[in-house]
Amino acid sequence: MSRFTLRLAVLIAVLALVGAPFLLGAFTITLMNYVGIYALVAIGLALLTGVGGLVSFGQAAFVGLAAYSSAWVTALNGGSPWIGLLLGIVITCAVAFILGLITLRLQGHYLSLSTIAWGLAIGFLFGNVEGLGKHNGIASIPPISIGSVSLVESWQIYYLIWAVVCVVLLLVYNLLDSRIGRAMRALRGGNTLVESLGINVFWIKVTCFVFAAFLAALSGWLYAHLSRFISPTPFEPLMGIEYLMMAMVGGAGSPIGGVIGAAIVTLLKNFVQDYLHYIIPSGTGQLEVVAYAGLFIVFLQYARGGVVAWVQQYLPATAIPRPSQATPLARRDKPAAGTPLLKVDQAERRFGGLIAVNKVSFDVNAGEILGLIGPNGAGKSTMFNLLTGALQTNSGSITFAGKDITRTRQSNIAQAGIARTFQHVKLRPKMTLLDNVMLGAYPRTHTGLFSGLFRLNRAEEASARYDALQQLERVGLGDKPFELAGNLPLGNQRILEIARALAADPVLLVLDEPAAGLRRGEKQQLAALLKSLRDNDKLTILLVEHDMEFVMGLVDRLVVMDFGEKLIEGQPEAVREDPRVQEAYLGGTA
Amino acid sequence: MDFDIASILAIDGLASGAIYVLIAIGTVLIFTVTRVVFIPFGDIAAFTALTLAALEMGRLPGTAGLVVVLAGMATLVEVVALLRNGRAHEIPGALLYYLALPLALVGVVWLSEPLYQSSMVLRILFSLILILPIAPLLDRIVYRPIADASVLMLLIVSMALHFALVGLGLLFFGPEGVRTEPMTDAIFEFGSIMITGQAALIMFAAVLFSGLLYLFFDFTLIGKSLRATAVNRSGARLMGIRPERSGTIAYIVGSLMAGVSGILIAPVNTMFYDSGFLLGLRAFVGAIIGGLVSYPGTAIGSLFVGVLESFASFQSSAFKDVIVFSLLIPILIWRSIVSVHTEEHDEE
Repeated sequence: MSRFTLRLAVLIAVLALVGAPFLLGAFTITLMNYVGIYALVAIGLALLTGVGGLVSFGQAAFVGLAAYSSAWVTALNGGSPWIGLLLGIVITCAVAFILGLITLRLQGHYLSLSTIAWGLAIGFLFGNVEGLGKHNGIASIPPISIGSVSLVESWQIYYLIWAVVCVVLLLVYNLLDSRIGRAMRALRGGNTLVESLGINVFWIKVTCFVFAAFLAALSGWLYAHLSRFISPTPFEPLMGIEYLMMAMVGGAGSPIGGVIGAAIVTLLKNFVQDYLHYIIPSGTGQLEVVAYAGLFIVFLQYARGGVVAWVQQYLPATAIPRPSQATPLARRDKPAAGTPLLKVDQAERRFGGLIAVNKVSFDVNAGEILGLIGPNGAGKSTMFNLLTGALQTNSGSITFAGKDITRTRQSNIAQAGIARTFQHVKLRPKMTLLDNVMLGAYPRTHTGLFSGLFRLNRAEEASARYDALQQLERVGLGDKPFELAGNLPLGNQRILEIARALAADPVLLVLDEPAAGLRRGEKQQLAALLKSLRDNDKLTILLVEHDMEFVMGLVDRLVVMDFGEKLIEGQPEAVREDPRVQEAYLGGTA
Repeated sequence: MDFDIASILAIDGLASGAIYVLIAIGTVLIFTVTRVVFIPFGDIAAFTALTLAALEMGRLPGTAGLVVVLAGMATLVEVVALLRNGRAHEIPGALLYYLALPLALVGVVWLSEPLYQSSMVLRILFSLILILPIAPLLDRIVYRPIADASVLMLLIVSMALHFALVGLGLLFFGPEGVRTEPMTDAIFEFGSIMITGQAALIMFAAVLFSGLLYLFFDFTLIGKSLRATAVNRSGARLMGIRPERSGTIAYIVGSLMAGVSGILIAPVNTMFYDSGFLLGLRAFVGAIIGGLVSYPGTAIGSLFVGVLESFASFQSSAFKDVIVFSLLIPILIWRSIVSVHTEEHDEE
């Protein structure tokens, strides 16, 4: 699908939305109003749950906070709905921010359970706080007025609701295609990679969470002034799971899926309400719940990907032009060759009684390739994790470019100029090669949330894209930048990790077994690449490797570890001849 | 608040805490064996109470209908799965297991009406017999097809299943609240502290069933196979343990605990078709305090929730649930910090 057809499709959709009130009855328009309102929450959830992997059962509480804020301002205190909107957004975002600060460090299902907890707690508040009408709710909420026009009729507020939905969709798609959006897309699949890219995982999560709450607040405000009456029921956890259902039916991770999901669920619910009593005459309202909870379960069993993913497989892929030349991103100054760059001093790391790294000291000088070798279980990977901040040392110190980084956060170490690859490849398999590499450029770029939302980041984005393409070409993966990373063979995935590390413009490149899984020719190419990085780009490289032939022909110096201790360091030839090394590897060559 | 009030509140809290202990231990059992956070356990407890009440009034309880419907669905799912996998020869066994067995249980209760008119013990027994098939059948219908899904996906499914069960509860039991006959009128006095017989019975049952579960785990082969499945599913499979079977046993044992708690709470609290949610969630808070793995931790956590709830409702009855569920957040933070998290389990 070309960009032209895509735009045409969007134009037709917008025209259809504009024309709908002229063609459809009042009841359908009212239904569509609710679809739009629910869609806003579902779009937020698509971002939070689908993109970021943070499952929230509590969005209904956020909708309720904004709805009650606006109802309190307008119906109880005679204020304008616009003040209500402002108060609703401020309160909802503030609550979300505080809850986010408290709960977003929670791991996996603990986080989701906490959303049930505060979702319930806030839900109970609405029905119990004095002055908010308790369980009777708040009635006679005034309609929204724009200028002198009061949006009383359902077709009037229809235009407001769908205008908001369209603008939100546009902004969210902008966001997903920006620096912050890429970081959000990288959240799924574990924090270690994301932190190693210089991204502060926690703040990205908080941003995502507050933004989803903001969309819920818009929805709550529109809801209060559309239905003109609110009670605690629609903001209880049942509705929270329904929002989640909308996001997942549409296709978690897809903003337009939020709209489609909201439409499907709302229409289905309406259909169930209309026709259920024909099937079971005695059926009461609660039976609807059974029907759509059942449908939801069946859906999760058979089509977890959602409607959008299902449709997409039948649509031709959107052709994206290759990134064109752009102003290069700023590069770091590299330290002069031979000066000490990284200093490990008496580093020690224990796991319970096991000492994985025992008082190891060595230096890495700028402009050299240093190999760290040793038999299995020697503590090499632990050493790597200490250097990059993925693990903390128990004692000893690590200094990088004159700064003590022993207790520095992993993402800050990455920003300081250490880029790494992983022994067990960590990529985002559902993102393209180009996007994976662009993730590496995160610390070199500066676009924030708002520039991303409003597309004020074009110049920087173009530079980052072009830079990423250059890195791909450099490692030999430049021919298919829009392939998904998960489709590459394992050897190429390792190479892709190197391209991603290079995109960070690091001073020190730390590679964990880069040649594993490569064929002989590919190993030679990799060695040539690493040498060229050292000679032409003044890059310093530290690598762990098992392949002795590869290591011996490549490195300037070697450090040998065995049983957590440093055995020896020196030139490759000297190390090869050392009896202690031979004993460690071969178990004694007497 | 003086000592007398505090002691009344404390005993009241311990009694409801003991109820939560029974449900929470079942929740932990299911979670460790199947990775499912089975939120509907509260519903199972509530349904047991409603079943017992119906038997007292001499009616065939809605549970019977529920079991018949679920057995039909489970049989259908199983037969279709067997046909698809070319294992048609196993269909008679499936029919026996998923259809005949649950229907036989319902039939026994239906035919023995004159018996349970006379005896409370029999009524309790029949209530438990009726409630036991529900969770294993739900396991077959709902969870087995997605047994490999992430904990989060299973959690979402559990939430949906809970809402479905509440709806079914209304359909099969109706909207009326029930309270069953008290099991004992005894009152024990220790100085100025009074303990009702019912409260003592609840606490005794909690201790008894926790102890039985301990014996089951440590001294029976089935119990050990359950523990093995909880530690490592694939490892257990290699040792010839079928994880599906372990799951079914876990659901039955868990249902038994939840059922007992429902029977114990029925004379004290008025139970409705939807009472299970808060019951289950409070027990769940207790289970989380135990990290969803530790049985002693779960028991202490559940008792703590009960006591906290009791004191909170004395201070402000409107906000007691707000207090209990707000409490969950600091607990979750603490659990999240102390538990070792492995990234390999994260979904890509």
